[in-house]
Amino acid sequence: MADAVVEQGRLARAASPRKRASLHNKLGRKSTVAFFLTLPLILLIAALVLYPALYSVHLATLNKSMQKFVGFGNFTFLFKRETFWMVVKQSCLFAITAVIFKALIGFIVAHFVHNIPAKGQRKWRGMLLVPWVIPPAMSTLAWLWLFDPSYSAFNYTLSFFGIGPIPWLGDASWARFSVILVNVWYGAPFFMIMYLAALKSVPDQLYEAAAIDGANWWQRIWFITLPMMRNIIAITTLFSLIVTFANFDIVRILTSGGPLDSTHLFATWAFQVGIQSSDIPLGACVSLFMVPILAVAAIFILRDVSKRGNES
Amino acid sequence: MADVALRKVVKRYDDVEAVRGIDLDISDHEFIVLVGPSGCGKSTTLRMIAGLEDITDGDIMIGGDVVNDVPPKDRDIAMVFQNYALYPHMTVAENMSFGLRLKHYPKAEIKARVTEAARLLDITDLIDRKPKQLSGGQRQRVAMGRAIVRNPKVFLFDEPLSNLDAKLRVQMRIEIKKVHQKVRTTTVYVTHDQVEAMTLADRVVVMNKGRIEQIGTPNELYHKPATRFVAGFIGSPAMNFIPCRLEDAGGKLNIRLTDRISFPLPPARAARYNVLPRTEKLLLGIRPEHLTESHAHLEPGVETFDTVLDVTEPMGMETLVYFGLEGTPVCGRVDPNAGAKDGAPMRLAVDLNNMHLLNEATGAVL
Repeated sequence: MADAVVEQGRLARAASPRKRASLHNKLGRKSTVAFFLTLPLILLIAALVLYPALYSVHLATLNKSMQKFVGFGNFTFLFKRETFWMVVKQSCLFAITAVIFKALIGFIVAHFVHNIPAKGQRKWRGMLLVPWVIPPAMSTLAWLWLFDPSYSAFNYTLSFFGIGPIPWLGDASWARFSVILVNVWYGAPFFMIMYLAALKSVPDQLYEAAAIDGANWWQRIWFITLPMMRNIIAITTLFSLIVTFANFDIVRILTSGGPLDSTHLFATWAFQVGIQSSDIPLGACVSLFMVPILAVAAIFILRDVSKRGNES
Repeated sequence: MADVALRKVVKRYDDVEAVRGIDLDISDHEFIVLVGPSGCGKSTTLRMIAGLEDITDGDIMIGGDVVNDVPPKDRDIAMVFQNYALYPHMTVAENMSFGLRLKHYPKAEIKARVTEAARLLDITDLIDRKPKQLSGGQRQRVAMGRAIVRNPKVFLFDEPLSNLDAKLRVQMRIEIKKVHQKVRTTTVYVTHDQVEAMTLADRVVVMNKGRIEQIGTPNELYHKPATRFVAGFIGSPAMNFIPCRLEDAGGKLNIRLTDRISFPLPPARAARYNVLPRTEKLLLGIRPEHLTESHAHLEPGVETFDTVLDVTEPMGMETLVYFGLEGTPVCGRVDPNAGAKDGAPMRLAVDLNNMHLLNEATGAVL
């Protein structure tokens, strides 16, 4: 398309050589055309991403009444609070555990689906994607009922085995387990579909060659499947890590960060501090802490991707 | 190294029978080529020997043991694939040594074997590169190297040269032959290219529609084809098939091609074909090189006729001439200096000592 525009630019230039020759020259350049074509998106990103991001940096430097510039005051205040360090720990625990289980379950399920004959595969793929397609706010409500201490299906079923009742959302450890469980349930299908796509792109002949070379099924996964899927695994993990780290809805609906702040993540705590307790600068400050942590993860993972990118 | 035997091997996919009960004995050190058109079952046969396809019926034996239910890794075979199937994330050395590493060979021995195979295939300089950095021919060599280092009982090649350009294909063909002369491993090679089959094989197996049409040395297939399919498949340009019938003329046996053209058969041929009913619809099979320009002194059994050429194709060392005999297109090979021209009349000589006579209905060579 850019070429067509370039062509038009040249034709127009030929038709009126003297008129605005320099503008035509500039328009004729591919890079200029490309810039103008991407301009709407650049403006959109600037308005919806860049402006709020910079604004929150600005907010984080103000005092509670947003009247006075306090520099790094909010940050140093946070460092001294125990709850902040608990949220850091919980966010890391939540994101890392959930992503590991999502990746593991996604990988295993993708293998099962991959081995289903093509006829029935669409049906299974569709069904397995359901948790990911339902709006999480809705499905989390259903989970909330399942976790109810007195009347829930979980505790009712467990009572037959003489177990429980379990305080799913009432005890700090169980509550952490529950929010991770729901997040894994919600996110695993995304991994499944990405890994399935990656599995399908590995040529069958590599597996045949490996089978003849003497590899058993585990060695085939270890030496062929995993290296061939490496980039997809890395990018999916990074993507999921960011989304999981910044999770809000599941924790907000299930526990609202409780009991005793033991399930708060950055997003839910920032919401509580900033909106519910009306300290917007401190809330902005909390949410900004996600940036350096995720940036470090992104650098490590993307460096590996670009290093391996040339091989496959 | 070992011999390979197939006993009434059948492969059925749902309602399609890809291989219909083939019997084949491949002796130790032999180079066997399976050749045939697309869909004739040659690749399926090879994959069954490799263990990559299940056998519907029959037995496959390697070194005297039935291997029907033995997984590929335990058959002690090595295979070279059409698209090489090199592991893209491993270097050449890692690709070649993968099988040995899985079997926990000592490091020193792995290194020695890889070095030796790399030297044999002239890829010593490439040993640390990744497959992506190699040309098609180099990848092919690595794929062969991966097979050689394993020192298996049997080599299997699945159309290994069809992804290469014409010049490289000829070069690699010679390489494969050289390698086989050195390592002498029993080899089964699948191709659809009859030139590859003829040049490489100790024996060629011609397959068609899931069955073996004929097994023989390249020369046997060329000079004594058993069926019309083999006669037409082997040789380029292909053998001509001209409708004809036998007739008695003055105590001699003649072969009549058209109302105008009829030749007396040489005595040996006449004795052989005399028993055939004169009414039977037959085909004269004659290769282009036995249809040449006419000379002043003709050998016995060589007859001449006049025709008008449609098209000529100068090839340098020879000229191919095309003409029609009552609607049947015919190709001949003449000397480039014989004066063959498009649309010009020419007197040609047919060498009936090298003719074949086929039953038109059954395709059998009589």
